[in-house]
Amino acid sequence: MVDSIVVQNVTKDFTMQYHRSLKQMAVATFKGLPLKEQFQAVNDVSFTVEQGESIGLMGLNGSGKSTLLKLINGVMRPDQGSIRTRGRIAGLIATGAGFHPQMTGRENLFLNGAILGMGEAEIKRKFDDIVAFADIGKFLDTPVSHYSSGMYARLGFSIAIHVDADIFLADEVLAVGDRPFKRKCVQKMQEIRQQGTTIFYVSHATASVRSMCDRVLVLESGHLNFDGDVEEGIRYLQYDDDPTDQPTTAAGNTDEELGADI
Amino acid sequence: MSKAADRAARRAAKAHAVDENGRRRNAARRARALAEKKSDAMPVAAPLDGPRGVRVVDAELVDPSPRGGIAEVFQQRYLLRLIVGRQLAAQYAASVLGLLWSYIQPAMRFGVYFFVFGVVLSAHKSTPNFALHLFAGMVFVHYFSETWSGGTRSVRSNRALLLKMRMPREIFPVAAMVTAMYHTGPQILILTVFCVIAGWHLTFTAVAAGVLGLLILLTFAMSMALFFSALNVYYKDFQNIVSTFTQFLHFMVPMMYSYSFIAKLGDNHPWIYQLYMANPLAESVLLMQRFFWYPTLDDPEKYTNEFPPDLFERGFIMLGICLVLLYLAQKFFSRLESRFPERL
Repeated sequence: MVDSIVVQNVTKDFTMQYHRSLKQMAVATFKGLPLKEQFQAVNDVSFTVEQGESIGLMGLNGSGKSTLLKLINGVMRPDQGSIRTRGRIAGLIATGAGFHPQMTGRENLFLNGAILGMGEAEIKRKFDDIVAFADIGKFLDTPVSHYSSGMYARLGFSIAIHVDADIFLADEVLAVGDRPFKRKCVQKMQEIRQQGTTIFYVSHATASVRSMCDRVLVLESGHLNFDGDVEEGIRYLQYDDDPTDQPTTAAGNTDEELGADI
Repeated sequence: MSKAADRAARRAAKAHAVDENGRRRNAARRARALAEKKSDAMPVAAPLDGPRGVRVVDAELVDPSPRGGIAEVFQQRYLLRLIVGRQLAAQYAASVLGLLWSYIQPAMRFGVYFFVFGVVLSAHKSTPNFALHLFAGMVFVHYFSETWSGGTRSVRSNRALLLKMRMPREIFPVAAMVTAMYHTGPQILILTVFCVIAGWHLTFTAVAAGVLGLLILLTFAMSMALFFSALNVYYKDFQNIVSTFTQFLHFMVPMMYSYSFIAKLGDNHPWIYQLYMANPLAESVLLMQRFFWYPTLDDPEKYTNEFPPDLFERGFIMLGICLVLLYLAQKFFSRLESRFPERL
């Protein structure tokens, strides 16, 4: 098989700067507060994805999933380690990116298509398909500021899904729209998957991941703690605990109490 | 043992218990809650039947975020064109006069300068064709200040694009530069028409001066736009600093007054003269006047003292300096660029 995404020991630090203005910085220094703090959003992550695999990336909010997606997409660069990808990357990550409210749907379609890496000829060729899928009808030549949020999302999604990508990245959070449209999207993604495109799908929805993915990665506070079978991954993420189990006083706790009494 | 001490000990013990294990239990609880809530957030579509297709990707494994720099921007001309179009549309959205605004403002400024310096201070007596002398300078100073201030804001104002998709980020300052061309292009046309009316005797030297002046202007404007656009991502103060500076620019080049005043000043204060002439914009404006204004004069030989004797030598040195500046600005931009997404 051919490697599609190769991620090696990737680490991404974020610097949080608390105080931006000179006055605030002076006050903070005087009080002895930290001016900035670093934290690692992605910590020493390595994995390889083969062409045609579909990967479900799971984890709690804030575990670094979106950062990892941005690193693969090329929006961010890793601080350490390396990422290499093969072929054109597109997907449900930039839906509606750069839509200008005063420009018409048609103009925005061309701009957004170009941002996703399509050339002029390619967009013209796919133009009818994109418009048909988006189902915006006569609103095509209306400024997008007059669109309903559903129409806006549909147009964005439709462009993204028509990019002939080798790697398709999808973030569930960005797939807005009503349920029938979402269903249409998911079906389209299955088609894309069937064509042998690598899929990288960020989702919390276990059922959706089960039907879409061949392999699951679980991120926990920046560490890649699970990489393997879908069912096992979902079970891992839910930590196999009995849901009624309350975090009651642990054994150590009682010992401490005893110690206090003596 | 007192009850209070007992309670304190218990509290300390509890705090101690919230360790790795506790955190993990908490995470598990949150994961279960999330899984329950989100389990059917997305509809499920059954995988398609039949064998999975094999996609042959005819490409190498590459870094998804190459450091292409300005060179890469010019490989993506189609995208550049669309971004310029977007910028123009954004600028004139909901305005009746639209693009006209970028001509009204310079026209009014020209009127004021011409009145104050030409009529009140009667500069047109010592400088023939003063209007052309003034306008030839103003067009290019306008171009420079628009590229500089527009470029400085460009990365920040396009953050929505920058945060979503990978593209060479130099595209935004470059787009600002192209947008500025849209605004100054017609002004250059007007300038040319008036030069022709006034009797334009072009010589080879004049054309060479024009080309050299334009090259200095373009490289200098680009390097300033690149440098300040990166700085402005880190500290938004820079866009205010730049707009303050652009207000002085009109007075820092010889267009409202002629070069001979600066030469005279240089006799007593050589330092001020050197400082004044170290401004690439002043050099560029002089070269532009050599191209537009000087060939329209009736007896040009009388006015050779309106240019420094070493105009061309200075011009070539300045172009060299500007190319180095552009290289350094690109280096600087590439260094800061990696941290753009988290700073925006």
